Amino acid sequence: MTIQEQEKNIIAEFELFDDWMDKYNYIIELGKSLPPFDPELKQDKYLIKGCQAHVWLYPTHQNGKVFFTADSDAMITKGIVALLIRVLSGQPPVEIIKSNLDFIQQIGLRDHLSQTRSNGLSNMIKQMKLYAIALESSHKK
Amino acid sequence: MLLNIEQIRTDFPALHQHVNGRKLIYFDNAATTQKPQAVINRISEYYSHENSNIHRGAHYLSHKATEAYEQARKTLQQFLNAPDDRQIIFTRGTTESINLVASSFCKKFVKPGDEILISAMEHHSNIVPWQIACQDHQAELKVIPMNDKGELELEHLSTLLTSKTKLLAVTHVSNALGTINPIKEIITIAHKNGTPVLIDGAQATSHLAVDVQDLDCDFYCMSAHKLYGPMGVGVLYGKESWLEAMPPYQGGGEMIKDVSFTKTSYNDLPFKFEAGTPNVGDVLGMEEAVKYINHLGIKNIAAHETELMDYALSKLGSVDTLRFIGTPNERTGVISFSFNDIHPYDTGIILDKLGIAVRTGHHCAQPVMDFFGIPGTVRVSFGFYNTREEVDQLIEALEKVRIMFS
Repeated sequence: MTIQEQEKNIIAEFELFDDWMDKYNYIIELGKSLPPFDPELKQDKYLIKGCQAHVWLYPTHQNGKVFFTADSDAMITKGIVALLIRVLSGQPPVEIIKSNLDFIQQIGLRDHLSQTRSNGLSNMIKQMKLYAIALESSHKK
Repeated sequence: MLLNIEQIRTDFPALHQHVNGRKLIYFDNAATTQKPQAVINRISEYYSHENSNIHRGAHYLSHKATEAYEQARKTLQQFLNAPDDRQIIFTRGTTESINLVASSFCKKFVKPGDEILISAMEHHSNIVPWQIACQDHQAELKVIPMNDKGELELEHLSTLLTSKTKLLAVTHVSNALGTINPIKEIITIAHKNGTPVLIDGAQATSHLAVDVQDLDCDFYCMSAHKLYGPMGVGVLYGKESWLEAMPPYQGGGEMIKDVSFTKTSYNDLPFKFEAGTPNVGDVLGMEEAVKYINHLGIKNIAAHETELMDYALSKLGSVDTLRFIGTPNERTGVISFSFNDIHPYDTGIILDKLGIAVRTGHHCAQPVMDFFGIPGTVRVSFGFYNTREEVDQLIEALEKVRIMFS
């Protein structure tokens, strides 16, 4: 599935909620269903520090595609991390670099990305893209 | 006198709004308080009719603004019961007041091998300036420890104070825990050692009567915005002998007597420490806030807030899995807590969705969080306009949080 298709699906899923509480309950569930993050990878070099909630991001690549696993110490942040992984993990680096992740705004979670200092989310996206850029440029060499 | 809270609330326009479709409940007063209309009007009035540069113009507006500005200094002098208005220095706030002393005092009085003493419950603003000063002067930073209740262990104070201790800087009220420190006792002990004391009063002045002469502190720092006044302005009170002996903090206009390219002589107190055009409008706003507090009476405010805090403490105490962070015997303004298995950030987001503003995180006091072994707390902080009904709604909201994350 392409990034756009994943985004479209997520938007459709979130349209089912007419109540913010259901939406946030769903985000919490998404966080819980994120595959467990290898505790050995909880190292400083994979840590994206937020003022309040932290994110750990571990990128790998295989067959020209980028894969991410991640974790957060806060559940709501972790749920949004799960959404970002669903959209971006397993995609070619070029697509990751191009993505503008509009779905975040469309499902009403933009605030979580603009709070740059409180959680690691916007820096997480930056890191995901930087990794894709690094991989892409190393291929070109 | 019992405060009429409903009446008082009508003075605060920011309290009357909806957030996420719900009536705002503002419990983040330790971060900053809302401003009464009188303060907002005073600032607007200054820029509408009095704006001019002070202390130099020979014209009508300059006289008027200078007079208002110097009257504000007198109002603040009375508010802190300082002996003389020359001892009231206007700054950008508590942080700048502390930085001024850390820079200027240490330059003159701190030598390599000396020590500065702070406490384990300080805000970063009362840690970092001293770290910088210690680095600059090859001095050592020492720390008064605290106990599990979030109270300072004063039995260590007399051994921590040595002939090398050039200054003790301690907070009046902890911003993260709400602890009221026995600063009068601390000051007495420090003075016996010949050590001057700086008090960070940022969290105290809106809740407690402060009398710098009775305390006998050497420096007292405060911010207007925690006192229902504007942001970006505050006060440094200092004993005259120290202020006279200390070199200027910044150079510029206003702080000089005579300037030539070979030599400059500095102005008298307080102007020696007020380089550049001051923030006149906000100083007048701060004065208006002090007048507002004086009108309500700080004792009446304290009585209302104590009653409200006791109510909140007993209600919060009955919320399942809630753990108080800091259980000091003497407390004002702040209650910090966390849930066993819920990140404070998650709690903060859901409370926000329910229209309740609290602060979550480390509250710029990371060493305090490290001490308790937690990433942060949920901090509920009170102002005189908060009510029991708001506390009840907070409790209801916390029950929702608990269910959502269980």
